[in-house]
Amino acid sequence: MATTESHHEVDPVTGQTLTGHRWDGIGELNTPLPRWWLMIFYACIVFAVGYWILYPAWPLIGGFSHGVLGQSSRADVAADLDAIKKVRAQTEAGLKDATVQQIVADKKLLALALAHGKAAFLANCAPCHGAGGQGGKGYRNLTNEDWLWGGALDDIQQTIAHGIRDYADTDTRQSTMPAFGAMGVLKPEEIRQVASYVRTLSKLAPEPGVDVQAGKKIFADNCAVCHGDDGKGMRSVGSANLTDGLQLYGGDFKDLIQTITYARNSTMPAWGAKLDPVTIKTLAVYVHSLGAGQ
Amino acid sequence: MSEAAIRKSQLPAEEDHREDYDEGPLYASAAKIYPQKVWGTFRRLKWGLLIVCLAAYYILPFVRWDRGPNEPHQAILIDLAHSRFYWFFIEIWPQEVYYFTGILVLAALALFLSNALFGRVWCGYFCPQTAWTDLFLWVERMVEGDRRDRMKLDAAPWSAGKLGKRAAKHALWLLVALATGGAFALYFADAPTLLRGLATLQAPTVAYVWIGILTFTTYALAGFMREQVCVYMCPWPRIQAALTDSEALNVTYRVDRGEPRLSLKEAARARVAGRPAGDCVDCGQCVAVCPMGVDIRKGLQLGCIQCGLCIDACDTVMKKIHRPIRLISYDTDENIKRRERGEKAVYKLIRPRTIFYAVVIAAVGSLMLYKLTTRQNLGLSVLHVRAPMYTATPNDAVRNGYTLRFANKWGEPHHYALTVDGVAGASIKSEEADKLPDGRLEVDVDPDATAEVQLYVTAPRSSASAAGVAIVMTATDLQSGETVSVADHFFGP
Repeated sequence: MATTESHHEVDPVTGQTLTGHRWDGIGELNTPLPRWWLMIFYACIVFAVGYWILYPAWPLIGGFSHGVLGQSSRADVAADLDAIKKVRAQTEAGLKDATVQQIVADKKLLALALAHGKAAFLANCAPCHGAGGQGGKGYRNLTNEDWLWGGALDDIQQTIAHGIRDYADTDTRQSTMPAFGAMGVLKPEEIRQVASYVRTLSKLAPEPGVDVQAGKKIFADNCAVCHGDDGKGMRSVGSANLTDGLQLYGGDFKDLIQTITYARNSTMPAWGAKLDPVTIKTLAVYVHSLGAGQ
Repeated sequence: MSEAAIRKSQLPAEEDHREDYDEGPLYASAAKIYPQKVWGTFRRLKWGLLIVCLAAYYILPFVRWDRGPNEPHQAILIDLAHSRFYWFFIEIWPQEVYYFTGILVLAALALFLSNALFGRVWCGYFCPQTAWTDLFLWVERMVEGDRRDRMKLDAAPWSAGKLGKRAAKHALWLLVALATGGAFALYFADAPTLLRGLATLQAPTVAYVWIGILTFTTYALAGFMREQVCVYMCPWPRIQAALTDSEALNVTYRVDRGEPRLSLKEAARARVAGRPAGDCVDCGQCVAVCPMGVDIRKGLQLGCIQCGLCIDACDTVMKKIHRPIRLISYDTDENIKRRERGEKAVYKLIRPRTIFYAVVIAAVGSLMLYKLTTRQNLGLSVLHVRAPMYTATPNDAVRNGYTLRFANKWGEPHHYALTVDGVAGASIKSEEADKLPDGRLEVDVDPDATAEVQLYVTAPRSSASAAGVAIVMTATDLQSGETVSVADHFFGP
């Protein structure tokens, strides 16, 4: 029982008791955990047991303990989302019943639609058309007036809802430019001539050494039916205006040859299949507000 | 030997370490202070100021101020939800937070000036920490008795009586804390509505949380931490020590009159024998009443909040022993030296230091007043749309987009006309604005709100440049005629 006795032994220097452990005559001071620390530690244990009982805690085979309170983060999120939907339904009731024209005419609805539309645009449209609608080569710049299918509110709404050349949607915008080169309609030299002529329509320099007059003749025979005799395009068939210097796929000689030889005919999805009617309306209003709406 | 050293050498040795913040052991726990009850001029002044300050504190949130139908009617309101601060006729928006900076600068300068004139009057009479500690001490004294009773009670073993007294004291403290600290929440919401909500237990959760926090901090700071707050937490005592000078009035033990301190009988004998005898009879009353537990006879010190209670205590004793009062008084170290040299005491309130503070206060105050009276109720800011920087349009023109934010600080809806200058042949349009007959755009903004407007400026390509042409947007308030202009650039290829 030597250890029990030495437990009460007091170190003469510090005045503290010793634990009784001694090695080579060196004793260990007895420094117990502070009481407050120990109390908090015990309180944590009690808390943990209570937590196991009340909340989901233990993994089981094929499941987990649900706890008395039946709390579930997943159910909480679902409830929160439902609550948000209810709030949104109230604020968006006005958007639901109004036409795009009515929305633009009403300042309060317009502010709501622009906020809604901007968020929807960034989430759905920005990947192709850019964050500010500035577009890129092959992707329409929505901030200029070079609309292929019209820039009025209704036109934009129609295009967003049904897409362009998205044949899964029966109301989609349809038009196909023939691949004049690939289909053998025009020979390479003729394509060079007509491309050079198209450049002059936008007051751009023709390619040197290429017969522009021959190109004019080829244009009248092959292109004018869709693009018009003056090359200004036709919104009814979505043909491009070739006179404004703003070409969707680029106005360089090389770009034009590529376009005429193979055609482009890219697709915009019909968003009506994916987005609700209110979002389509707000997107139309937002795109219309980007400076080029008509 | 310096004066301080002489004074120190005359103190009993065991007192040297008691309540001595400068030389005490670094980690010793603070000895509990039992301030004794005292009555006199300064105690009366302190109660008076406490009542006035508390009354103002309670009445102010209920004072109404008519700002029209679209804004709150509370004279002083910190509206965090709508980020507005209301002070009678002044309404401050978040971007005008520099007014708060100005008020803080003024407050600091006023503190410096008051310190140069009368020492730590803020600490002794106005600081909430002092006021609430006073209030809590009053409760403590009512429940547990005066100094000696409290000391006895603390030393006594636990009994039903002790438990009852302790329970009563803490319950009363919590009530006082709830009623005083908790009332601060009234400044952050419509006070009558909040009070009704609290009474019917239907106030917002955040109100309960904050009232709980403020009740707890009041309880802890005024009930337990007391002088520790002043000595260890507050920066002012340390700054104050650097700002004071020898002409500043401070609560001072007139060492020239008090020393050598002798007991009443010894002093009488000494006077008969023609030996020097001071007025101080070393009764210790000045120390017993001190809420900070300092000995004022050691001179000016960090722990002294200069509340003047030792003046009251000493005056009471002096009256009893038929000596002139104000052995402890508001005085200066310079005057002690002057009297020791046989000169008359001089009180210099107007000194270069006080003049300097007054001038700076006047300058900062006038600057703020000027800013406040000339500030506009219309705000306008501009941000160039960067995607795209510009758009080439079919008819050889260039368009730039700008995000304008209008701020209407009026309490009713206002209408603004927008024009653009600096770019030749520019035309403007915006989905959010209406076109006026004269070609300007009209922007409507709700009362006390901001509105964002996307402005599109289209101009011939020749008017634009890649480096940008300076463009100025000007908004004119159609009701008040106020105008504000902002500048940006117009870019092109």
